[in-house]
Amino acid sequence: MASLHCWVCKSMHPAISIKNISKHYGALQALDDVSLAIEPGEFFGLLGPNGAGKTTLISILAGLVRSDKGHAAILGADVQASFRNARRMLGVVPQELVFDPFFTVRETLHFQSGYFGIRNNDAWIDEIMAHLDLTGKADSNMRALSGGMKRRVLVAQALVHRPPVIILDEPTAGVDVELRQSLWQFISRLNQDGHTIVLTTHYLEEAEALCQRIAMLKQGKIVALDTTANLLTRYGSVKKDGEGKTDLEDVFVNIMSGSTL
Amino acid sequence: MSNTVNKALNKPILEYGSGFPTLLLKEVKRFYKVAFQTVAAPVLTAILYLMIFGHVLDGKEVYGRLSYTAFLIPGLVMMSVLQNAFANTSSSLIQSKVTGNLVFVLLAPLSHFEFYAAYILAAVFRGIVVGLGVFLITIWFGLPALEHPLWILAFAFLGAAILGSLGLIAGIWADKYDQLAAFQNFVIMPATMLSGVFYSIHSLPPAWQVVSHFNPFFYMIDGFRYGFFGVSDVSPWSSLAIVLCFFIVVSAITLRLLQKGYKLRH
Repeated sequence: MASLHCWVCKSMHPAISIKNISKHYGALQALDDVSLAIEPGEFFGLLGPNGAGKTTLISILAGLVRSDKGHAAILGADVQASFRNARRMLGVVPQELVFDPFFTVRETLHFQSGYFGIRNNDAWIDEIMAHLDLTGKADSNMRALSGGMKRRVLVAQALVHRPPVIILDEPTAGVDVELRQSLWQFISRLNQDGHTIVLTTHYLEEAEALCQRIAMLKQGKIVALDTTANLLTRYGSVKKDGEGKTDLEDVFVNIMSGSTL
Repeated sequence: MSNTVNKALNKPILEYGSGFPTLLLKEVKRFYKVAFQTVAAPVLTAILYLMIFGHVLDGKEVYGRLSYTAFLIPGLVMMSVLQNAFANTSSSLIQSKVTGNLVFVLLAPLSHFEFYAAYILAAVFRGIVVGLGVFLITIWFGLPALEHPLWILAFAFLGAAILGSLGLIAGIWADKYDQLAAFQNFVIMPATMLSGVFYSIHSLPPAWQVVSHFNPFFYMIDGFRYGFFGVSDVSPWSSLAIVLCFFIVVSAITLRLLQKGYKLRH
């Protein structure tokens, strides 16, 4: 763990740096002058209602979408100007359950490793598959997998090049409890080992339990950015049902409705 | 998690090669896995063309010395090369776009040139595999001459690369399968069928001969056929120059589209 921390610290850059990013699609302003810095080793939550701009922001970091203005960098590597370095340091688990129907799980992971120019990666691929319970399905065609298994392969694909920064875009959407728990154990372990984790999810109890810091997006703007504890203290005074312990869902509802702002 | 995993995680990979060879291998494996559809079927189609046209036009001579069947064989081989090179890039890209799995390639640190080279070389490979299949079976109809094999290879490679590029352009542009089918049926197919695969343009009325000279596919077929028989409608050097220029223009357009991320990176 120490070596990764040292390697990341030596870079002297935030794990993710977002400066004045804006993006519009026609008349829709998907992101409006968003700035954000996520430090190495953080477990960071990016929350917001559907259409808030979370996936657009992630897509800009991944190089899938180009911003209208502003800059974004992964560990100091600009996602456009130094796209090779930026992409090598970033693993993204996409929200959509996408797969290539021509290939098996093992082939899919070998290809993904090769796209990053990494050969002879069998030992690591076997380890990821073992930890994500994919070993028994290694030679199954992707089409034959259940939704949960496909989701595991997406996670494995994001990790195959051992990126120091990992973004998970709603990784537990439609996933059973068992996989959610094993996935969070695995991701938490990666975070403990020094990987920066950025998570978007609609399961706010997961974000509350896992994320040290949270940003909330609404209509393309950051409307809250603080540690989870501070958010609970600062915005959790209004309990939605008027009783019991305040949780992140209350904070989220309060912030999105603007009742405590 | 095992110690091995911990150790592996603690050593981020800083030495990377190019992703190009893997993308090329993936594109080749993609069509190999459905070879019955991507190789065997177009070979059968070409053989049917040869049997039907060869039978109907039996006894007709071209260039004053070649039987019509012998004349037809190189044209059919080249037509198969071209159509399958186009099919490989266009179908792969549109499928990846529609199903969404193109994201795995777009997330990787591949340059637009690596992307282009992998797709084009896979298209050339498929085109030549199908063309070779057609050629080997047509030997049964009589082995055509191979007077200038280097011309054959040059036109096969350039022609397949051009059609591979056109397939990429079509795949990038099309959002739906029917848009791609329109590009294939209303652009590629007429240009291929009217390029002199089935006839020498000297048999056409003068006006249509002039029109044929504006079809770049004509030069691909004519130059390829020159490699077999040593005779052609126009000089092979002229054909090579025109085909080479067309290749450069089409490649430049494709590379520019990939670099800009047109319809790929929004």
